[in-house]
Amino acid sequence: MKKRYLFITLIILSLSSIFIGVKEISLLDILYFNEDKIQILLLSRIPRLISIIIAGIGMSISGLIMQQISRNKFVSPTTAATIDSAKLGVLVSLILFTASSPLKKMMIAFIFAVSGTFLFMQILKRIKFKNTIFIPLIGMMLGSIIDSITTFFAYKYDLVQNISSWLQGDFSMTIKGRYELLYISIPLVIIAFIYANKFTVAGMGEDFSANLGLNYNRVMNIGIVIVALISSLVIITVGKIPFLGLIIPNIVTIFQGDNMKKNIVHTALLGAIFLLFCDILGRIIIFPYEVSISLTVGIIGSLIFLYLLVRGNKS
Amino acid sequence: MIEVKNLIKQYGNKSVVDNVSTQITNGKITSFIGPNGAGKSTLLSMISRLIPKNNGEIFIDGKELVQWNNTDLAKKISILKQSNHINIRLTIRELVSFGRFPYCQGNLTKEDIRYVDEAISYMKLKDIEHKYLDQLSGGQRQRAYIAMIIAQNTEYILLDEPLNNLDMKHSVQIMKILRSLVDDLGKTVAIVIHDINFASCYSDYIVALKDGKIIKEGNTNEIINKKVLESIYDIDFTIEDIENNKICVYF
Repeated sequence: MKKRYLFITLIILSLSSIFIGVKEISLLDILYFNEDKIQILLLSRIPRLISIIIAGIGMSISGLIMQQISRNKFVSPTTAATIDSAKLGVLVSLILFTASSPLKKMMIAFIFAVSGTFLFMQILKRIKFKNTIFIPLIGMMLGSIIDSITTFFAYKYDLVQNISSWLQGDFSMTIKGRYELLYISIPLVIIAFIYANKFTVAGMGEDFSANLGLNYNRVMNIGIVIVALISSLVIITVGKIPFLGLIIPNIVTIFQGDNMKKNIVHTALLGAIFLLFCDILGRIIIFPYEVSISLTVGIIGSLIFLYLLVRGNKS
Repeated sequence: MIEVKNLIKQYGNKSVVDNVSTQITNGKITSFIGPNGAGKSTLLSMISRLIPKNNGEIFIDGKELVQWNNTDLAKKISILKQSNHINIRLTIRELVSFGRFPYCQGNLTKEDIRYVDEAISYMKLKDIEHKYLDQLSGGQRQRAYIAMIIAQNTEYILLDEPLNNLDMKHSVQIMKILRSLVDDLGKTVAIVIHDINFASCYSDYIVALKDGKIIKEGNTNEIINKKVLESIYDIDFTIEDIENNKICVYF
Protein backbone atom coordinates (compact mmCIF):
# COMPACT_ATOMS: atom_id res chain seq x y z
CA MET A 1 0.00 0.00 0.00
CA LYS A 2 1.73 3.12 -1.19
CA LYS A 3 0.74 6.44 0.31
CA ARG A 4 0.81 7.94 -3.17
CA TYR A 5 -1.87 5.60 -4.51
CA LEU A 6 -4.06 6.12 -1.47
CA PHE A 7 -3.73 9.85 -1.92
CA ILE A 8 -4.63 9.72 -5.61
CA THR A 9 -7.64 7.49 -4.83
CA LEU A 10 -8.78 9.96 -2.20
CA ILE A 11 -8.59 12.85 -4.66
CA ILE A 12 -10.50 10.97 -7.36
CA LEU A 13 -13.23 9.98 -4.89
CA SER A 14 -13.37 13.53 -3.53
CA LEU A 15 -13.91 14.96 -6.99
CA SER A 16 -16.62 12.44 -7.81
CA SER A 17 -18.27 13.12 -4.46
CA ILE A 18 -18.55 16.80 -5.32
CA PHE A 19 -20.20 16.10 -8.64
CA ILE A 20 -22.67 13.43 -7.50
CA GLY A 21 -26.05 14.62 -6.38
CA VAL A 22 -29.61 15.37 -7.34
CA LYS A 23 -28.65 18.71 -8.80
CA GLU A 24 -26.42 18.07 -11.72
CA ILE A 25 -23.25 20.08 -11.58
CA SER A 26 -20.50 19.89 -14.12
CA LEU A 27 -17.07 21.35 -14.33
CA LEU A 28 -18.35 23.86 -16.88
CA ASP A 29 -20.74 25.34 -14.34
CA ILE A 30 -17.83 26.21 -12.15
CA LEU A 31 -15.88 27.66 -15.05
CA TYR A 32 -18.86 29.80 -16.10
CA PHE A 33 -19.57 30.86 -12.53
CA ASN A 34 -23.11 29.50 -12.48
CA GLU A 35 -24.07 31.09 -9.19
CA ASP A 36 -26.81 28.66 -8.20
CA LYS A 37 -24.63 25.66 -8.66
CA ILE A 38 -21.61 27.16 -7.00
CA GLN A 39 -23.84 27.93 -4.03
CA ILE A 40 -24.82 24.27 -3.84
CA LEU A 41 -21.17 23.34 -3.93
CA LEU A 42 -20.22 25.73 -1.18
CA LEU A 43 -23.24 25.16 1.03
CA SER A 44 -23.69 21.44 0.71
CA ARG A 45 -21.29 19.38 -1.37
CA ILE A 46 -17.99 20.74 -0.10
CA PRO A 47 -19.00 20.80 3.59
CA ARG A 48 -20.17 17.23 3.13
CA LEU A 49 -16.88 16.20 1.56
CA ILE A 50 -14.81 17.92 4.24
CA SER A 51 -16.81 16.43 7.09
CA ILE A 52 -16.55 12.95 5.60
CA ILE A 53 -12.81 13.24 5.22
CA ILE A 54 -12.31 14.61 8.74
CA ALA A 55 -14.65 12.05 10.29
CA GLY A 56 -12.99 9.23 8.36
CA ILE A 57 -9.52 10.29 9.43
CA GLY A 58 -10.60 10.98 13.01
CA MET A 59 -12.46 7.73 13.60
CA SER A 60 -9.82 5.50 12.04
CA ILE A 61 -7.01 7.18 13.98
CA SER A 62 -9.07 6.86 17.16
CA GLY A 63 -9.36 3.16 16.47
CA LEU A 64 -5.64 2.89 15.84
CA ILE A 65 -4.84 4.62 19.13
CA MET A 66 -7.29 2.44 21.06
CA GLN A 67 -5.92 -0.77 19.59
CA GLN A 68 -2.39 0.34 20.32
CA ILE A 69 -2.92 1.32 23.96
CA SER A 70 -5.30 -1.52 24.83
CA ARG A 71 -3.03 -3.97 23.00
CA ASN A 72 -6.04 -5.58 21.41
CA LYS A 73 -6.89 -5.64 17.74
CA PHE A 74 -10.62 -5.68 18.27
CA VAL A 75 -10.96 -2.67 20.53
CA SER A 76 -12.27 0.54 19.00
CA PRO A 77 -14.58 3.35 20.04
CA THR A 78 -17.49 1.10 19.02
CA THR A 79 -16.34 -1.86 21.10
CA ALA A 80 -15.01 0.04 24.11
CA ALA A 81 -18.18 1.76 25.28
CA THR A 82 -16.90 5.13 24.01
CA ILE A 83 -19.69 5.73 21.54
CA ASP A 84 -22.48 4.43 23.78
CA SER A 85 -21.27 6.67 26.57
CA ALA A 86 -21.17 9.65 24.24
CA LYS A 87 -24.74 8.79 23.28
CA LEU A 88 -25.77 8.85 26.93
CA GLY A 89 -24.07 12.23 27.15
CA VAL A 90 -26.12 13.48 24.22
CA LEU A 91 -29.29 12.32 25.97
CA VAL A 92 -28.31 14.04 29.19
CA SER A 93 -27.65 17.26 27.31
CA LEU A 94 -31.02 16.92 25.56
CA ILE A 95 -32.83 16.48 28.88
CA LEU A 96 -30.97 18.93 31.09
CA PHE A 97 -29.62 21.53 28.69
CA THR A 98 -32.26 21.65 25.99
CA ALA A 99 -31.33 24.99 24.55
CA SER A 100 -27.57 24.76 24.78
CA SER A 101 -25.27 25.18 21.79
CA PRO A 102 -23.81 22.21 19.90
CA LEU A 103 -20.45 22.99 21.47
CA LYS A 104 -21.90 22.55 24.96
CA LYS A 105 -23.65 19.36 23.93
CA MET A 106 -20.37 18.16 22.54
CA MET A 107 -18.59 18.89 25.81
CA ILE A 108 -21.17 16.90 27.78
CA ALA A 109 -20.96 14.01 25.32
CA PHE A 110 -17.18 14.21 25.62
CA ILE A 111 -17.23 14.02 29.42
CA PHE A 112 -19.40 10.92 29.21
CA ALA A 113 -17.27 9.39 26.45
CA VAL A 114 -14.08 9.90 28.47
CA SER A 115 -15.64 8.41 31.61
CA GLY A 116 -17.02 5.42 29.72
CA THR A 117 -13.70 4.72 28.04
CA PHE A 118 -11.80 5.07 31.33
CA LEU A 119 -14.25 2.67 32.92
CA PHE A 120 -13.58 0.18 30.14
CA MET A 121 -9.81 0.59 30.46
CA GLN A 122 -10.04 0.05 34.22
CA ILE A 123 -12.04 -3.14 33.69
CA LEU A 124 -9.45 -4.18 31.12
CA LYS A 125 -6.67 -3.74 33.68
CA ARG A 126 -8.42 -6.03 36.13
CA ILE A 127 -9.26 -8.82 33.71
CA LYS A 128 -6.75 -11.62 33.92
CA PHE A 129 -8.12 -13.53 30.95
CA LYS A 130 -6.81 -11.41 28.09
CA ASN A 131 -8.34 -13.23 25.16
CA THR A 132 -8.43 -11.17 21.97
CA ILE A 133 -12.13 -11.68 21.42
CA PHE A 134 -13.19 -11.70 25.05
CA ILE A 135 -11.99 -8.13 25.65
CA PRO A 136 -14.08 -6.42 22.94
CA LEU A 137 -17.05 -8.54 24.03
CA ILE A 138 -16.70 -7.04 27.50
CA GLY A 139 -16.57 -3.61 25.89
CA MET A 140 -19.70 -4.33 23.89
CA MET A 141 -21.49 -5.61 26.98
CA LEU A 142 -20.54 -2.49 28.91
CA GLY A 143 -21.68 -0.47 25.91
CA SER A 144 -25.03 -2.27 25.86
CA ILE A 145 -25.57 -1.62 29.55
CA ILE A 146 -24.91 2.07 29.05
CA ASP A 147 -27.09 2.00 25.95
CA SER A 148 -29.99 0.46 27.86
CA ILE A 149 -29.74 3.22 30.45
CA THR A 150 -29.90 5.70 27.60
CA THR A 151 -32.93 4.00 26.11
CA PHE A 152 -34.70 3.87 29.46
CA PHE A 153 -34.39 7.59 30.06
CA ALA A 154 -35.07 8.38 26.42
CA TYR A 155 -38.42 6.57 26.79
CA LYS A 156 -39.16 8.26 30.04
CA TYR A 157 -38.60 11.71 28.60
CA ASP A 158 -40.05 10.92 25.22
CA LEU A 159 -36.78 11.42 23.41
CA VAL A 160 -36.38 8.09 21.66
CA GLN A 161 -36.93 9.47 18.17
CA ASN A 162 -34.91 12.50 18.94
CA ILE A 163 -31.92 10.53 20.12
CA SER A 164 -31.99 8.03 17.29
CA SER A 165 -32.21 10.76 14.69
CA TRP A 166 -29.28 12.47 16.37
CA LEU A 167 -27.18 9.40 16.21
CA GLN A 168 -28.02 7.86 12.87
CA GLY A 169 -24.77 8.46 11.05
CA ASP A 170 -25.80 10.67 8.20
CA PHE A 171 -24.02 13.20 6.04
CA SER A 172 -27.03 14.34 4.06
CA MET A 173 -27.81 16.97 6.65
CA THR A 174 -24.27 18.29 6.64
CA ILE A 175 -24.43 21.82 5.34
CA LYS A 176 -22.47 24.95 5.95
CA GLY A 177 -22.87 26.04 9.55
CA ARG A 178 -23.62 22.58 10.90
CA TYR A 179 -20.34 20.72 10.62
CA GLU A 180 -17.65 23.21 11.62
CA LEU A 181 -17.32 21.68 15.09
CA LEU A 182 -15.54 18.81 13.37
CA TYR A 183 -12.58 21.07 12.71
CA ILE A 184 -11.67 20.71 16.37
CA SER A 185 -10.56 17.17 15.61
CA ILE A 186 -7.81 18.40 13.28
CA PRO A 187 -5.49 19.55 16.11
CA LEU A 188 -6.32 16.28 17.90
CA VAL A 189 -5.19 14.30 14.88
CA ILE A 190 -2.00 16.36 14.83
CA ILE A 191 -1.39 15.53 18.49
CA ALA A 192 -1.92 11.87 17.64
CA PHE A 193 0.79 12.18 14.98
CA ILE A 194 3.19 13.76 17.46
CA TYR A 195 2.46 11.08 20.05
CA ALA A 196 2.62 8.18 17.58
CA ASN A 197 5.96 6.90 18.89
CA LYS A 198 4.81 7.15 22.48
CA PHE A 199 1.64 5.19 21.73
CA THR A 200 3.73 2.46 20.13
CA VAL A 201 5.92 2.24 23.23
CA ALA A 202 2.84 2.21 25.46
CA GLY A 203 1.53 -0.62 23.27
CA MET A 204 4.55 -2.68 24.33
CA GLY A 205 3.25 -2.66 27.88
CA GLU A 206 3.77 -0.99 31.21
CA ASP A 207 7.13 -2.58 32.04
CA PHE A 208 8.51 -1.92 28.61
CA SER A 209 7.43 1.71 28.80
CA ALA A 210 9.01 2.12 32.22
CA ASN A 211 12.26 0.66 30.91
CA LEU A 212 12.31 3.26 28.14
CA GLY A 213 11.49 6.08 30.55
CA LEU A 214 7.98 6.69 29.22
CA ASN A 215 5.26 7.89 31.57
CA TYR A 216 2.84 5.08 30.74
CA ASN A 217 -0.24 6.34 32.53
CA ARG A 218 0.05 9.82 31.11
CA VAL A 219 0.33 8.53 27.55
CA MET A 220 -2.65 6.21 28.13
CA ASN A 221 -4.72 9.10 29.42
CA ILE A 222 -3.78 11.35 26.53
CA GLY A 223 -4.77 8.56 24.15
CA ILE A 224 -8.13 8.07 25.80
CA VAL A 225 -8.84 11.80 25.82
CA ILE A 226 -8.02 12.13 22.12
CA VAL A 227 -10.21 9.15 21.25
CA ALA A 228 -13.12 10.31 23.38
CA LEU A 229 -12.94 13.87 22.03
CA ILE A 230 -12.86 12.81 18.40
CA SER A 231 -15.65 10.28 18.95
CA SER A 232 -17.90 12.83 20.62
CA LEU A 233 -17.21 15.40 17.91
CA VAL A 234 -18.16 12.91 15.22
CA ILE A 235 -21.23 11.74 17.12
CA ILE A 236 -22.51 15.28 17.60
CA THR A 237 -21.94 16.47 14.07
CA VAL A 238 -22.42 13.35 11.97
CA GLY A 239 -23.76 10.58 14.17
CA LYS A 240 -22.65 7.08 14.89
CA ILE A 241 -20.38 5.51 12.31
CA PRO A 242 -19.88 1.89 13.28
CA PHE A 243 -16.85 -0.32 12.54
CA LEU A 244 -14.76 2.37 10.89
CA GLY A 245 -12.32 2.63 13.80
CA LEU A 246 -12.14 -1.13 13.94
CA ILE A 247 -11.51 -2.31 10.42
CA ILE A 248 -9.33 0.41 8.95
CA PRO A 249 -6.46 0.14 11.50
CA ASN A 250 -6.68 -3.65 11.27
CA ILE A 251 -6.32 -3.68 7.51
CA VAL A 252 -3.36 -1.31 7.69
CA THR A 253 -1.56 -3.15 10.48
CA ILE A 254 -1.90 -6.49 8.72
CA PHE A 255 0.29 -5.08 5.98
CA GLN A 256 2.48 -2.68 7.91
CA GLY A 257 2.91 -3.98 11.45
CA ASP A 258 2.23 -2.01 14.59
CA ASN A 259 4.74 0.79 14.38
CA MET A 260 2.27 3.62 14.68
CA LYS A 261 4.54 6.26 13.22
CA LYS A 262 4.80 4.20 10.07
CA ASN A 263 1.13 3.44 9.63
CA ILE A 264 -0.75 6.46 10.97
CA VAL A 265 -0.76 8.24 7.59
CA HIS A 266 -2.00 5.13 5.81
CA THR A 267 -4.71 4.67 8.40
CA ALA A 268 -5.85 8.27 8.02
CA LEU A 269 -5.96 8.09 4.23
CA LEU A 270 -7.64 4.70 4.09
CA GLY A 271 -10.22 5.79 6.67
CA ALA A 272 -11.16 8.82 4.59
CA ILE A 273 -11.26 6.75 1.40
CA PHE A 274 -13.45 4.04 2.93
CA LEU A 275 -15.93 6.48 4.39
CA LEU A 276 -16.10 8.51 1.21
CA PHE A 277 -16.62 5.36 -0.82
CA CYS A 278 -19.46 4.24 1.44
CA ASP A 279 -21.02 7.68 1.23
CA ILE A 280 -20.90 7.76 -2.57
CA LEU A 281 -22.32 4.25 -2.68
CA GLY A 282 -25.18 5.27 -0.40
CA ARG A 283 -25.92 8.21 -2.63
CA ILE A 284 -26.08 6.35 -5.94
CA ILE A 285 -27.62 3.06 -4.86
CA ILE A 286 -31.21 4.34 -4.83
CA PHE A 287 -30.57 7.59 -6.65
CA PRO A 288 -32.01 10.24 -6.30
CA TYR A 289 -32.66 9.13 -2.71
CA GLU A 290 -30.00 8.29 -0.16
CA VAL A 291 -29.17 5.40 2.11
CA SER A 292 -27.70 6.66 5.38
CA ILE A 293 -23.99 6.13 5.71
CA SER A 294 -24.21 4.19 8.94
CA LEU A 295 -26.09 1.55 6.96
CA THR A 296 -23.54 1.23 4.15
CA VAL A 297 -20.60 1.38 6.54
CA GLY A 298 -22.40 -1.06 8.83
CA ILE A 299 -22.97 -3.64 6.12
CA ILE A 300 -19.58 -3.43 4.43
CA GLY A 301 -17.84 -2.95 7.78
CA SER A 302 -19.49 -5.90 9.50
CA LEU A 303 -18.58 -8.19 6.62
CA ILE A 304 -14.94 -7.14 6.84
CA PHE A 305 -15.12 -7.40 10.65
CA LEU A 306 -16.41 -10.97 10.44
CA TYR A 307 -13.63 -11.81 8.03
CA LEU A 308 -11.05 -10.35 10.41
CA LEU A 309 -12.55 -12.27 13.35
CA VAL A 310 -12.32 -15.58 11.52
CA ARG A 311 -8.84 -14.75 10.34
CA GLY A 312 -7.79 -13.65 13.84
CA ASN A 313 -9.04 -16.89 15.28
CA LYS A 314 -6.86 -18.93 12.95
CA SER A 315 -3.58 -17.23 13.81
CA MET B 1 27.28 0.90 41.58
CA ILE B 2 23.78 -0.08 42.60
CA GLU B 3 23.25 -0.23 46.33
CA VAL B 4 20.19 -1.72 48.00
CA LYS B 5 19.56 -0.99 51.67
CA ASN B 6 16.94 -2.68 53.87
CA LEU B 7 14.58 -3.19 50.96
CA ILE B 8 11.12 -4.49 51.79
CA LYS B 9 8.25 -5.48 49.54
CA GLN B 10 5.03 -6.74 51.03
CA TYR B 11 1.92 -8.14 49.46
CA GLY B 12 -0.70 -8.10 52.17
CA ASN B 13 1.03 -9.42 55.26
CA LYS B 14 3.59 -11.44 53.39
CA SER B 15 7.04 -9.99 52.86
CA VAL B 16 8.19 -11.11 49.45
CA VAL B 17 11.44 -9.21 49.82
CA ASP B 18 12.34 -8.94 53.47
CA ASN B 19 14.93 -6.41 54.57
CA VAL B 20 17.39 -7.08 51.77
CA SER B 21 20.68 -5.21 51.53
CA THR B 22 23.19 -5.89 48.81
CA GLN B 23 25.04 -4.23 45.99
CA ILE B 24 25.66 -4.75 42.31
CA THR B 25 29.27 -3.98 41.52
CA ASN B 26 30.28 -2.37 38.24
CA GLY B 27 31.94 -4.42 35.53
CA LYS B 28 30.65 -7.76 36.74
CA ILE B 29 27.89 -10.25 36.09
CA THR B 30 25.86 -10.63 39.25
CA SER B 31 23.48 -13.58 39.37
CA PHE B 32 20.48 -13.80 41.67
CA ILE B 33 19.64 -17.41 42.44
CA GLY B 34 17.20 -19.18 44.70
CA PRO B 35 14.06 -21.29 44.63
CA ASN B 36 10.75 -20.13 43.18
CA GLY B 37 9.17 -17.42 45.26
CA ALA B 38 12.46 -16.34 46.82
CA GLY B 39 11.85 -12.76 45.70
CA LYS B 40 14.55 -12.55 43.03
CA SER B 41 12.39 -11.11 40.29
CA THR B 42 10.64 -8.78 42.70
CA LEU B 43 14.00 -7.48 43.83
CA LEU B 44 15.13 -6.88 40.27
CA SER B 45 11.84 -5.20 39.40
CA MET B 46 12.16 -2.84 42.35
CA ILE B 47 15.73 -1.93 41.44
CA SER B 48 14.59 -1.08 37.94
CA ARG B 49 11.55 0.91 39.26
CA LEU B 50 9.02 -1.38 37.57
CA ILE B 51 7.27 -1.93 40.90
CA PRO B 52 7.29 0.35 43.93
CA LYS B 53 9.01 -0.67 47.15
CA ASN B 54 7.38 -0.62 50.57
CA ASN B 55 10.46 0.39 52.47
CA GLY B 56 14.19 0.76 52.15
CA GLU B 57 16.48 2.55 49.77
CA ILE B 58 17.92 1.92 46.34
CA PHE B 59 20.89 4.00 45.22
CA ILE B 60 22.00 4.06 41.64
CA ASP B 61 25.38 5.73 41.35
CA GLY B 62 24.81 7.28 44.76
CA LYS B 63 21.42 8.80 43.93
CA GLU B 64 18.19 7.42 45.36
CA LEU B 65 15.87 5.89 42.77
CA VAL B 66 12.97 8.30 43.40
CA GLN B 67 15.24 11.27 42.75
CA TRP B 68 16.06 10.05 39.28
CA ASN B 69 14.25 11.55 36.35
CA ASN B 70 12.52 8.88 34.23
CA THR B 71 14.37 9.62 31.02
CA ASP B 72 17.78 9.92 32.65
CA LEU B 73 17.20 6.66 34.44
CA ALA B 74 16.31 4.99 31.14
CA LYS B 75 19.74 5.99 29.88
CA LYS B 76 21.37 4.53 32.98
CA ILE B 77 19.63 1.25 33.61
CA SER B 78 17.68 -1.13 31.41
CA ILE B 79 15.55 -4.09 32.35
CA LEU B 80 14.36 -7.00 30.27
CA LYS B 81 11.67 -9.08 31.90
CA GLN B 82 10.39 -12.38 30.70
CA SER B 83 6.88 -11.03 31.00
CA ASN B 84 7.46 -7.90 28.99
CA HIS B 85 7.64 -9.90 25.86
CA ILE B 86 5.24 -8.15 23.65
CA ASN B 87 2.67 -9.20 21.14
CA ILE B 88 2.76 -6.19 18.90
CA ARG B 89 4.04 -6.62 15.39
CA LEU B 90 7.29 -4.76 14.96
CA THR B 91 10.30 -5.65 12.87
CA ILE B 92 13.57 -6.35 14.65
CA ARG B 93 14.93 -3.07 13.38
CA GLU B 94 11.93 -1.13 14.66
CA LEU B 95 12.19 -2.79 18.06
CA VAL B 96 15.90 -2.06 18.34
CA SER B 97 15.25 1.54 17.25
CA PHE B 98 12.91 1.94 20.21
CA GLY B 99 15.94 1.24 22.39
CA ARG B 100 16.98 4.77 21.44
CA PHE B 101 13.68 6.19 22.67
CA PRO B 102 15.10 7.71 25.88
CA TYR B 103 17.59 9.69 23.79
CA CYS B 104 15.48 10.86 20.88
CA GLN B 105 11.81 10.13 21.71
CA GLY B 106 11.62 8.05 18.56
CA ASN B 107 12.93 10.59 16.07
CA LEU B 108 16.22 8.94 15.24
CA THR B 109 19.26 11.08 14.59
CA LYS B 110 22.32 9.87 12.68
CA GLU B 111 23.98 8.95 15.94
CA ASP B 112 20.94 6.93 17.04
CA ILE B 113 20.92 5.05 13.74
CA ARG B 114 24.57 4.24 14.24
CA TYR B 115 23.81 2.73 17.65
CA VAL B 116 20.93 0.74 16.17
CA ASP B 117 23.14 -0.60 13.37
CA GLU B 118 25.86 -1.54 15.83
CA ALA B 119 23.44 -3.32 18.15
CA ILE B 120 21.93 -5.27 15.28
CA SER B 121 25.27 -6.41 13.93
CA TYR B 122 26.55 -7.14 17.45
CA MET B 123 23.66 -9.56 17.90
CA LYS B 124 24.13 -10.90 14.35
CA LEU B 125 20.62 -9.99 13.29
CA LYS B 126 21.53 -7.99 10.19
CA ASP B 127 20.12 -10.44 7.65
CA ILE B 128 16.76 -10.78 9.41
CA GLU B 129 16.41 -7.19 10.63
CA HIS B 130 13.23 -6.59 8.61
CA LYS B 131 11.46 -9.70 9.87
CA TYR B 132 8.56 -9.26 12.27
CA LEU B 133 9.00 -10.44 15.85
CA ASP B 134 6.17 -12.96 15.52
CA GLN B 135 8.04 -14.66 12.68
CA LEU B 136 11.10 -15.36 14.82
CA SER B 137 12.15 -18.37 16.86
CA GLY B 138 12.50 -17.99 20.63
CA GLY B 139 16.26 -17.61 20.43
CA GLN B 140 16.12 -15.01 17.69
CA ARG B 141 13.49 -13.06 19.58
CA GLN B 142 15.55 -13.04 22.75
CA ARG B 143 18.52 -11.80 20.73
CA ALA B 144 16.34 -9.04 19.29
CA TYR B 145 15.33 -7.88 22.77
CA ILE B 146 18.92 -7.89 23.91
CA ALA B 147 19.86 -5.91 20.79
CA MET B 148 17.30 -3.34 21.89
CA ILE B 149 18.90 -3.18 25.33
CA ILE B 150 22.31 -2.78 23.72
CA ALA B 151 21.00 0.11 21.59
CA GLN B 152 19.64 1.63 24.78
CA ASN B 153 23.31 1.75 25.79
CA THR B 154 22.85 1.77 29.55
CA GLU B 155 25.58 1.20 32.06
CA TYR B 156 23.46 -1.30 33.98
CA ILE B 157 21.61 -4.13 32.29
CA LEU B 158 19.12 -6.16 34.31
CA LEU B 159 17.65 -9.35 32.92
CA ASP B 160 14.93 -11.43 34.48
CA GLU B 161 15.39 -15.06 33.48
CA PRO B 162 16.97 -14.39 30.09
CA LEU B 163 17.31 -18.11 29.39
CA ASN B 164 13.69 -18.99 29.90
CA ASN B 165 12.38 -21.18 27.08
CA LEU B 166 15.72 -21.34 25.32
CA ASP B 167 17.52 -24.53 24.38
CA MET B 168 21.15 -25.20 25.42
CA LYS B 169 22.69 -23.78 22.29
CA HIS B 170 20.81 -20.51 22.54
CA SER B 171 21.30 -20.29 26.28
CA VAL B 172 25.05 -20.55 25.82
CA GLN B 173 24.88 -18.00 23.05
CA ILE B 174 23.03 -15.51 25.25
CA MET B 175 25.34 -16.03 28.23
CA LYS B 176 28.42 -15.54 26.03
CA ILE B 177 26.92 -12.30 24.77
CA LEU B 178 26.30 -11.12 28.34
CA ARG B 179 29.88 -12.04 29.19
CA SER B 180 31.21 -10.01 26.28
CA LEU B 181 28.96 -7.08 27.20
CA VAL B 182 30.76 -7.00 30.51
CA ASP B 183 34.27 -7.89 29.32
CA ASP B 184 34.36 -5.94 26.04
CA LEU B 185 31.91 -3.09 26.50
CA GLY B 186 32.37 -2.54 30.22
CA LYS B 187 28.70 -2.97 31.12
CA THR B 188 27.34 -4.16 34.43
CA VAL B 189 24.93 -7.06 34.18
CA ALA B 190 22.56 -8.47 36.79
CA ILE B 191 20.44 -11.51 36.03
CA VAL B 192 17.88 -13.70 37.70
CA ILE B 193 18.72 -17.22 36.69
CA HIS B 194 17.45 -20.68 37.56
CA ASP B 195 20.05 -22.92 35.98
CA ILE B 196 22.70 -23.13 38.67
CA ASN B 197 25.37 -24.36 36.28
CA PHE B 198 24.94 -21.38 33.98
CA ALA B 199 25.26 -19.17 37.04
CA SER B 200 28.38 -21.04 38.08
CA CYS B 201 30.10 -20.86 34.69
CA TYR B 202 29.31 -17.32 33.67
CA SER B 203 28.85 -15.08 36.67
CA ASP B 204 31.36 -13.24 38.84
CA TYR B 205 29.20 -12.72 41.86
CA ILE B 206 26.18 -14.60 43.16
CA VAL B 207 23.44 -13.49 45.51
CA ALA B 208 21.44 -16.41 46.92
CA LEU B 209 17.94 -15.68 48.16
CA LYS B 210 15.33 -17.72 49.94
CA ASP B 211 11.98 -16.62 51.36
CA GLY B 212 12.74 -12.99 50.61
CA LYS B 213 16.01 -12.96 52.49
CA ILE B 214 19.61 -13.15 51.34
CA ILE B 215 21.02 -16.46 52.57
CA LYS B 216 24.51 -15.82 51.33
CA GLU B 217 26.31 -13.73 48.77
CA GLY B 218 29.82 -13.71 47.48
CA ASN B 219 32.09 -14.52 44.58
CA THR B 220 30.93 -17.44 42.48
CA ASN B 221 33.46 -19.79 44.08
CA GLU B 222 32.10 -19.18 47.56
CA ILE B 223 28.49 -19.77 46.66
CA ILE B 224 28.86 -22.79 44.40
CA ASN B 225 29.52 -24.89 47.44
CA LYS B 226 27.77 -28.03 48.58
CA LYS B 227 26.72 -26.69 51.95
CA VAL B 228 25.44 -23.34 50.70
CA LEU B 229 23.44 -24.78 47.83
CA GLU B 230 21.92 -27.50 49.95
CA SER B 231 20.74 -24.96 52.44
CA ILE B 232 19.15 -22.87 49.68
CA TYR B 233 17.44 -25.58 47.68
CA ASP B 234 16.88 -28.33 50.28
CA ILE B 235 18.17 -31.06 47.97
CA ASP B 236 21.44 -32.96 47.83
CA PHE B 237 24.26 -31.52 45.75
CA THR B 238 27.49 -32.95 44.42
CA ILE B 239 29.90 -30.42 42.98
CA GLU B 240 32.58 -31.48 40.50
CA ASP B 241 35.44 -29.53 38.99
CA ILE B 242 35.31 -30.05 35.25
CA GLU B 243 37.73 -28.05 33.09
CA ASN B 244 37.99 -25.30 35.68
CA ASN B 245 34.24 -25.02 35.96
CA LYS B 246 32.32 -26.01 39.03
CA ILE B 247 29.46 -28.17 37.90
CA CYS B 248 26.62 -29.07 40.22
CA VAL B 249 25.00 -32.47 40.04
CA TYR B 250 21.66 -32.59 41.77
CA PHE B 251 19.56 -34.94 39.70
